Amino acid sequence: MRTGRVVGVNGNMVAVEFTEKVKQNEVAYVVCDQEKLKAEVIRVKGNSADLQVFEDTAGIKVGNKVEFSDELLSVELGPGLLGKIFDGLQNPLPQLAEEYGFFLKRGKYMKPLDEEKLWEFTATVKVGSKVRAGDTVGTVPENLFDHKIMVPFNWEGDFEVVDIVDNGQYAIDKVVAKVKDEAGKKYDIKMVQTWPVKVPIKAYAEKLKPKEPLVTKIRLIDTICPVAVGGTFCTPGPFGAGKTVLQHLLSRHAEVDVVIVAACGERAGEVVEILEEFPELIDPKTGKTLMERTIIICNTSSMPVAARESSVYTGVTLAEYYRQMGLNVLLLADSTSRWAQAMREMSGRLEEIPGEEAFPAYLESRIASFYERAGLVKFRDGSTGSITIGGAVSPAGGNFEEPVTQATLKVVGGFLGLSQARANARRYPTIDPLDSWSKYPSFVDNDKAAKSVAMLRKGNSVGQMMKVVGEEGTSNDEFIEYLKGEFFDAVYLQQNAFDKTDEATPAERQIYVFDFIIEILDQKFKFQNKDRARRYFQELTQLFKNWNSQEFKSGEFNDTVAALRKKMAEGKAEELQAA
Amino acid sequence: MQKVYSQIIQIAGDVITVEAEDIAYKELAEIKTSLGTSLAQVIRLDGKKVSLQVLDGSRGISTNDKVRFLKRQIQVSYSADLLGRIFTGSGEPRDKGPALSDNMIDIGGPSVNPAKRVVPKNMIRTGIPMIDVFNTLVESQKLPIFSVAGEPYNELLARIAMQAEVDAIILGGMGLKYDDYISFRDTLEAQGSLSRSVMFIHTASDPTVECLLVPDMCLAVAEQFALEGKRVLVLLTDMTNFSDALKEIAITMEQIPSNRGYPGDLYSQLAARYEKAVDFDGAGSITILGVTSMPGDDVTHPIPDNTGYITEGQFYLRGGRIEPFGSLSRLKQQVNSKTRDDHRAIMDRMIQLFADYREVLEKRSMGFQMSSWDEKLLKYGVQFEHRLMDLSVNIPLEEALDLGWTILAECFEPAETGMNQKLIDKFWPETAAAK
Repeated sequence: MRTGRVVGVNGNMVAVEFTEKVKQNEVAYVVCDQEKLKAEVIRVKGNSADLQVFEDTAGIKVGNKVEFSDELLSVELGPGLLGKIFDGLQNPLPQLAEEYGFFLKRGKYMKPLDEEKLWEFTATVKVGSKVRAGDTVGTVPENLFDHKIMVPFNWEGDFEVVDIVDNGQYAIDKVVAKVKDEAGKKYDIKMVQTWPVKVPIKAYAEKLKPKEPLVTKIRLIDTICPVAVGGTFCTPGPFGAGKTVLQHLLSRHAEVDVVIVAACGERAGEVVEILEEFPELIDPKTGKTLMERTIIICNTSSMPVAARESSVYTGVTLAEYYRQMGLNVLLLADSTSRWAQAMREMSGRLEEIPGEEAFPAYLESRIASFYERAGLVKFRDGSTGSITIGGAVSPAGGNFEEPVTQATLKVVGGFLGLSQARANARRYPTIDPLDSWSKYPSFVDNDKAAKSVAMLRKGNSVGQMMKVVGEEGTSNDEFIEYLKGEFFDAVYLQQNAFDKTDEATPAERQIYVFDFIIEILDQKFKFQNKDRARRYFQELTQLFKNWNSQEFKSGEFNDTVAALRKKMAEGKAEELQAA
Repeated sequence: MQKVYSQIIQIAGDVITVEAEDIAYKELAEIKTSLGTSLAQVIRLDGKKVSLQVLDGSRGISTNDKVRFLKRQIQVSYSADLLGRIFTGSGEPRDKGPALSDNMIDIGGPSVNPAKRVVPKNMIRTGIPMIDVFNTLVESQKLPIFSVAGEPYNELLARIAMQAEVDAIILGGMGLKYDDYISFRDTLEAQGSLSRSVMFIHTASDPTVECLLVPDMCLAVAEQFALEGKRVLVLLTDMTNFSDALKEIAITMEQIPSNRGYPGDLYSQLAARYEKAVDFDGAGSITILGVTSMPGDDVTHPIPDNTGYITEGQFYLRGGRIEPFGSLSRLKQQVNSKTRDDHRAIMDRMIQLFADYREVLEKRSMGFQMSSWDEKLLKYGVQFEHRLMDLSVNIPLEEALDLGWTILAECFEPAETGMNQKLIDKFWPETAAAK
């Protein structure tokens, strides 16, 4: 093994002198007393290498031995990942707790996957079959899916299967197939493979343009700022605007096969809520608990900073692995700002020339290449898989002009900006419907959606004006536009996360309800005075709100439809009266 | 025999550099100067060059003063003897008691495994309606008080400490005015709470570096109490001074500043402390209540801004009152459904009405006409401010909820409050007629 000696320590950066060679981004271990601390090579200069250490560096001395592993920072990919909770380096946290107690003792690492567990393997190829990287050789059932055992993604060329095990129960490191390349050299295929986290998996035929809407069941998103299957979006917002609540709602309701939550540099308490909640919540589509489709990568704010940087890469690599099986994966990263700050800390220690707000010059390219790992891909057999990435951004001072938000906006397809004003007014979700945008199509009629936003904008500007001139200075027609905007916001854009039904609105219901909304927004109301107008819209709002918490197409739901029709007819009658 | 080095090659700010061998990162050293002995901590190793931050400051250090490395990190003694004692930021007695050296533990230990945390479920009662009713404090919560200089935040902290039903109180003072330290001590003593308290006090006149140690000292001790099953309340005042001390050292070490001179790792540094708040699965808990004074009342300043992203809500203290808007306890939902069935309704509705009152005030100041509804709101707002918001009000939660109903009944008809009819039937005071 190649080794080196520590020559300097500065925070979590260690300078090492080596004699033979080192590889950029290879994993090394700093030997400190009894412990071996995991680190990654991040810069090489002459015969000295700078390492970022994934642990507290207290106690390291000049002269300590460093062991180079020759491997890039990698994760293990195989059956058993779903439902797991890992730290940023793929150590399983519950198992660490069992072994070492309350605290994350440094230098303690564990295998991410259970090596004893047996999986029911069913072969899908025969001796003589031709395979390439990413092709399936067999499957094992994992929770909701048949987990595909695939030819390692980095193998080049064509291979022929020369041996395949009988169907039966095997542990993950069992060699299930043997293949030979064109030169006749033989290789083993196990149920588990490793992959370097910073390298995208590219074992697919082509990348497609995302155009199918991803149903999030959040009306504001689905209708006016939609997200696409295989698309990217970001949710920047100041503290207290509800970023994490929104991410939790998405992780619960989004119609995807697998959800990966990368809690990156945020509060531990929030992760604990998911941990206690998800095993109890049943996914209506599958009848299984949400935990069975979820993987949590948890590197909270007090855990070592360098591992925070790797946690988003670990998350996206696991997402790519499940995408390779033809599944739709949603990766939620909360928050990418903390990841960017981790880069900034490291860059500062490396004494690199700082860019704006001391972020490194490569901030933009790193953010771009992370989001570019999302996408809809087609495999050689014609099937598709996707990764949708949603990143929370925590801009300093709530100011969207800062570098991380700006770099993110350049590369994402959807901007869901959270607003403090909406949070103060208790309007949830707090996504600003006027500032946010999306490049993806919605499943509701896009012209109608545009029309509703226009009405909202008009209503908002009347509202602004009214603050100056008062109600008495506003014309009746303008006042009605204002009421229409408020009505649309109150009954459609706002959603009550504490109401079982209102919390999540499926696509079919959104389309149905939105038609009602458009009809009302289109109707030309005339009232005798502002008080009558206000009362009318208050009553309509109340009806609609009750309707929102009634089960779709249930008896009471249909009753409310009738009541709404009646109310709308009353509006017409008022119009006649006023005329 | 430990080797002594007497060749200081650089002194800059409170950081000195010596040439030494076999030194561990973050190791502690002792420096003998003409002014006395001071501790110092290793903060950078570069070949043979060892940089240390001197806890007592570098004033009077001579280039040939003796530096002796102690082969250990900064530690604090932990035992039940700590209770009732007052120490400096570096753990020396500040009262007249003996120095403690038993059972030394490292400070700034590793982070808690998230798998060993539980979702908090217990309310901490403070007797302050603006907290208990509207933004309930929850065991294991981390919450700062945001305020400008001059607000009575230390009095508020002391009051919460007095009344909170916890097993131990740990007070960390950073850059505390000497008078404030004395009044904290006297208040705790007068109320008989000193015997369940430990204080680590860095006053404004003490060396900066000591200020940096205060939160770690407090939290290391708190962690030990919590592991024994105790419910611990940690009070930290003022975290802005702590952050400024971080800035000072970072600049001395020639680190590239990120925002208004603060180091890029300010968020991580603050989080490492606040995240020590925990409800252990199968042991006690740590609740952290801090003070973050906002320079220029600007919440977008890096210190309150980073703090807000870390903590579970915040209390804004303005004009001697806890401001209902902006103040937030993110964990209140975990507990306020279990107190009394009118708690959430009172909390939501009274604040909405108070928001309407503020709007009416604005309307009035702009000269618009007041309707009869506006008049009712004006009456309500004054009552609310006077009887619930005032910090001198000290009543238990149940009484505060009853008082809420009384105020509503004095100002409004039942239907005007928009409260659920079932709650009105149950809680509307019979004797109070709407005036």
